[in-house]
Amino acid sequence: MYQAKIIITLRKSILDPQGKAVHHALESLGLEQVKEVRIGKYVEVTIDAATSKEADEITQKACKKLLANPVMEDYNYSIEELKEQ
Amino acid sequence: MNISTSYMDVDSDFKYHDNQIVKFGVVVFPGSNCDHDAYYAVRHVLGQDAKFLWHKETSLNDVDVVILPGGFSYGDYLRCGAIARFSPIMKKVVSFARDGGIVIGICNGFQILCEAGLLPGALLRNECLTFVCKFVNLRVENDNTIFTSACKRGEVLQIPIAHGEGNYFADDETLKNLKKNNQILFRYCDIHGNITQESNPNGSIENIAGIMNKEGNVMGMMPHPERAADPLFGYTDGQKIFQSVVKYFKSVSNRLLSYKKERS
Repeated sequence: MYQAKIIITLRKSILDPQGKAVHHALESLGLEQVKEVRIGKYVEVTIDAATSKEADEITQKACKKLLANPVMEDYNYSIEELKEQ
Repeated sequence: MNISTSYMDVDSDFKYHDNQIVKFGVVVFPGSNCDHDAYYAVRHVLGQDAKFLWHKETSLNDVDVVILPGGFSYGDYLRCGAIARFSPIMKKVVSFARDGGIVIGICNGFQILCEAGLLPGALLRNECLTFVCKFVNLRVENDNTIFTSACKRGEVLQIPIAHGEGNYFADDETLKNLKKNNQILFRYCDIHGNITQESNPNGSIENIAGIMNKEGNVMGMMPHPERAADPLFGYTDGQKIFQSVVKYFKSVSNRLLSYKKERS
């Protein structure tokens, strides 16, 4: 068993109004050192694969075909093996 | 119980008042909420035929036109339209569209068409971050299409919007192609037809409100023409979108008839 931890973010070129609004709120909190906020999604996927290579291929496919929309989003992920309990 | 059958049993004794009947199929996803409005607009206002197509169906039942209605299919989980795209009926809709079938996506339907790759670009969160529900002015940018032939180029239509994710985005290359091929059908404008920042309700790139594919048989728009169709509502500009499609079918069947006459 493997677990993929996937982070999906809006592409750099795309305005993130949600991040902007949160940024303003953080400034109102007095955290003026905060210079930028970008908001994304975090997805954990548990995969029954024989090898980490297979888990990687499955994760790639999941991201490309459904989890991220390449028109507006980027993704990256890490995969770790889950210890049997 | 077959849910789709009970769902389709609406006014089955309705009498058509026009001899040219176009068959509209309105797809119903879990979470669709403008399906009945679209059905009402094409069937009861325009007097065409209409039926509902449940998302689990694997046939389009010989409809001439597919409408993907507005709503929140699958709760808008992950991204608007992302899950709906994988429902059984969408396989058929995609092949129908690839074969030249006419498909109209309204609001959530537009989002689904973009996710399915039938239309270019994507719909992002509104720039203002809020759900916007109001009448907007739309300028018709191209009247030489299946969907806008009942309008005039430059005409201003009043049709309502109701969405949280209607901020149309396309990269430079895509935008260039949209313009080159006259694929932009509607832009948000002021009452006089001027394209202004103030008249852009959601931050859409270049005020784009509706587009079609390069082949001209698939159209998506964020505004809701079905909500401005019945004269009872006070606004009827939305009728023109559906009328255009009906007009297209009439011209096709007339051409077929004269072709047959010539041959006989």
